Amino acid sequence: MVTKKEIKQSFWIALWFMVLTFPIMVIRVNTIKNIIVWRWTNILWIGIAGFFASLVWNYLLRLKEEKKKSDTKEDIPFVHRLLQNDRFRTPFLAAIAIFFIIYPFAFPMYHTSIMISALVYVMLGLGLNIVVGLAGLLDLGYVAFYCVGAYTYALLNLHFGISFWLVLPISAVFGAMAGTLLGYPVLRLRGDYLAIVTLGFGEIIRIVMENWDELGNGPRGIGNIPPPSFFNFELNQHQNVIYIYFIVIALVLFTIFFVNRLENSRIGRAWIALRDDEIACQAMGIDKFKTKLTAFALGATWASLGGVVFAAKTSFINPMSFTIFESIAILCVVVIGGMGSAIGVIAGALVLILVPEYLRAMAEYRMLVFGALQVIVMVFKPEGLIQSVRKIYKFEKVEE
Amino acid sequence: MEPILNVKNLTMNFGGLKALDGIDIVIEKGQIAALIGPNGAGKTTFFNCITGIYEPSEGKVEITPPGKSTQGLKGLKPNHVTEKGLARTFQNIRLFEGMTVLENVMIGRHCRLNAGIFGALVQPPSQKNEEKKCVADSYEVLEKIGLEKYVNEKAINLPYGAQRRLEIARALATNPFLLLLDEPAAGMNPQETKELDDLIIWLRDNEDLTILLIEHDMKLVMSLSDRIHVVDYGKKIAEGTPEEVKSNPQVIKAYLGDESEDA
Amino acid sequence: MFWINIISGIVIIGILGFFGIRELITDPVYFLELVLGGLTRGSIYALIALGYTMVYGIIQLINFAHGEIYMIGAMTSLIVASVLGLWGWNSAVIVILAFVFAIVYSCAYGFTVEKIAYKPLRTAPRLSALISAIGMSLFLQNYVMLAQTPEFMPYESLIPDYNFWEPYAHIMTSVELTIIITTIVVMILLGMLIKFTRIGKAMRATAQDKVMSSLVGINVNKVISTTFVVGSATAAIGGVLIACHVGQINFMIGFLAGLKAFIAAVLGGIGSVPGAVLGSLVLGISESFFTGYFWSEYEDVFAFTILVVILIFRPSGILGRKETEKV
Repeated sequence: MVTKKEIKQSFWIALWFMVLTFPIMVIRVNTIKNIIVWRWTNILWIGIAGFFASLVWNYLLRLKEEKKKSDTKEDIPFVHRLLQNDRFRTPFLAAIAIFFIIYPFAFPMYHTSIMISALVYVMLGLGLNIVVGLAGLLDLGYVAFYCVGAYTYALLNLHFGISFWLVLPISAVFGAMAGTLLGYPVLRLRGDYLAIVTLGFGEIIRIVMENWDELGNGPRGIGNIPPPSFFNFELNQHQNVIYIYFIVIALVLFTIFFVNRLENSRIGRAWIALRDDEIACQAMGIDKFKTKLTAFALGATWASLGGVVFAAKTSFINPMSFTIFESIAILCVVVIGGMGSAIGVIAGALVLILVPEYLRAMAEYRMLVFGALQVIVMVFKPEGLIQSVRKIYKFEKVEE
Repeated sequence: MEPILNVKNLTMNFGGLKALDGIDIVIEKGQIAALIGPNGAGKTTFFNCITGIYEPSEGKVEITPPGKSTQGLKGLKPNHVTEKGLARTFQNIRLFEGMTVLENVMIGRHCRLNAGIFGALVQPPSQKNEEKKCVADSYEVLEKIGLEKYVNEKAINLPYGAQRRLEIARALATNPFLLLLDEPAAGMNPQETKELDDLIIWLRDNEDLTILLIEHDMKLVMSLSDRIHVVDYGKKIAEGTPEEVKSNPQVIKAYLGDESEDA
Repeated sequence: MFWINIISGIVIIGILGFFGIRELITDPVYFLELVLGGLTRGSIYALIALGYTMVYGIIQLINFAHGEIYMIGAMTSLIVASVLGLWGWNSAVIVILAFVFAIVYSCAYGFTVEKIAYKPLRTAPRLSALISAIGMSLFLQNYVMLAQTPEFMPYESLIPDYNFWEPYAHIMTSVELTIIITTIVVMILLGMLIKFTRIGKAMRATAQDKVMSSLVGINVNKVISTTFVVGSATAAIGGVLIACHVGQINFMIGFLAGLKAFIAAVLGGIGSVPGAVLGSLVLGISESFFTGYFWSEYEDVFAFTILVVILIFRPSGILGRKETEKV
């Protein structure tokens, strides 16, 4: 239902946006050739879009208000209902398993390669989800640990010839160490400072890698990073991609298993409690600092593992792969998918990474859409697309 | 009777403001003691100082857990204070909203368990048992408080009175010997207050607890407490049994004169 | 703790003072250039940092999109100046209009951003608002990039070379002089606004206690909007000035400048207006020395290191007050 007042209001808002975006959307100056291009049609689109966006915005706000007032039980997301239902759980999981097993054989290498990137994001997302989603610590420098992992593999392999499989645990240790080292001073601070400091740290790592030629070849990066070894067999390029694909699948499964167990453990509960209320949490006997540090270090470990896989997959790394925007993209995956919800993060990573890859026309707008989605999700649905559902405990009648 | 909590000359300065000014309070084992005073008298600050949320500027806080020797609390972090056996609730309810009722109570068990990341991942039998026991214990606490029907409900969806009781359940789960309740009856209707009254007495008699509560509901305080401490402007102005306090002219002047307003 | 602060402060000042004096004696002109360069840089930081610190003071939010507001100010002035330049308008009129448009548009963007991304989240957990702010920042960057160009655009300085300044121009350019003077004027005006006007008093009251302010009849929403608008205005001035100074802009300039300004605000004590100015000048000058005497590649690393050190040893900053959380 749209009232006349709302239409009038939306009209003014549309007008406001037309004026607001006028210089940047309509005029395009080329200061070198001294040409001005006037793009009048843009303003028309802005007007129309602004009008409808305002209507929808108001409608959604009202919906949110009403939902807050009414005492209806929140609905459990569809996926969770499917997983809770005994009849559908097995076929559902089996279908997913079959899909992912056939995938590399059914589609050309290019698609497998894209799927690998998406799955690496699933790993990174689940790792960051521990930090942001469960423990409520905003980490904007997550990519720093990803960078640590990638360079650990590249450098250890370059100088000592250590294989992928050995580097995996080593990098996990490095990641955890890096996380602890950074977290130790920083996690004592209030939450929002953490965001800035981690952001700064992420940039520091990148700048250092760019300028320190002796360590990582500076901006030229390190190439010829070997793919994982498969016993002693020589694999051709296609086989290699498939091999990495299954390694990533295995790692993702391991991550899901791990996160799932953590979430409903003593530590996992402490993280969520800490996110909800720090002071009450301390009053319940939880060591705030130690609990935060565990989450932070664990997240870093996962980023580091993801970095190793990334390096092995692309066989070339340079500091440009580890910019702040990478961190923000991973954050988007977590936020939009659903903070604290493993299933949400997995779905978020697959959608947010795969869609722009396939809709080339959209790729340009990727970050724009990510930014807008972050705002929209936070305003209207802070729990994300697929919200987390807490474990249900069953009790038999207790005999007295 | 042996003293279980001994506070001497507790002082808390916020900038130039003295929120607490040399408070001495002794709580004895098995007592239900009440801390009353007009709004802004420093009651919650007193709780915060004892439980380590604020570090008091001056003074001594000592506890004597049953069967153990006397020890100081000053300078400990809140989580260590809880480990020592002091548990508290909050005036403005601070539940973990994203978690279920049972999980809220399980958080209370946190400091009595020791599973780490490794335990969570590998889940050896000892950890599995610990987790099982934690669930069972938490459920038991809920039964005691009478919240078992809400077990898997999200904490935020509970009715107001039940949320207050859940705060108590959560505090109880930390295995305290001294329970500090910050306005447990605030916002409750008469029926709920009556139930709370019974609950607190039951807790003292059956759980071997000592209870210190801050409360504005004078009827509840008078019927419940063995001993009442009155503070005003950060200073302790009186102490005694309900009858003594009722008839203390200073208290009447500072506080009971406004009873109608506060109750 | 108090004495440790004092002693460490004296030691640091002593060491810095020793090296400073040594360098001053060996090459005074270079030293002076670095100081002036640092002042210029610090002035720009100050203009941006004000927005951060004021918004933080009032709604306890790191407004990540603030750097973008500054960028939009610079971008608008570039567009307006180019268009009017091609139309052959008088250069003095162009300068004034470019500044006016930059300020007006930045304010409008600041206002709109607050209404869309922060106002609906005022009662939400802090994390939500922070994420929303990051989203907004990302959106605005990409919006300008897509609507304009990802490339750097040359920016013809709006500020002429003053004749009277000619003899000193080799030490400090006219633009730098303008930046420092403008900043001083803006600071004085802003100080007066906060100290003496009605809205300034309302701002201070709201920063202290939102609920209480609304009870005594202050329109909190209006105060918050005004804060965003004022912060955006100073950022826009900073944006135009820096564009004149550097001579080129693109959609990304707000990111790093915003971060540095935020660091400056934290250094000075976030929430404190004089603190933001002091912190900016300290950061600007120390950065200038660092790049001048040590490694210029690690300029940004230096700033972040300062941030981390400050947050660990004195999280309340130089002038900030320690806050205790209410329970």
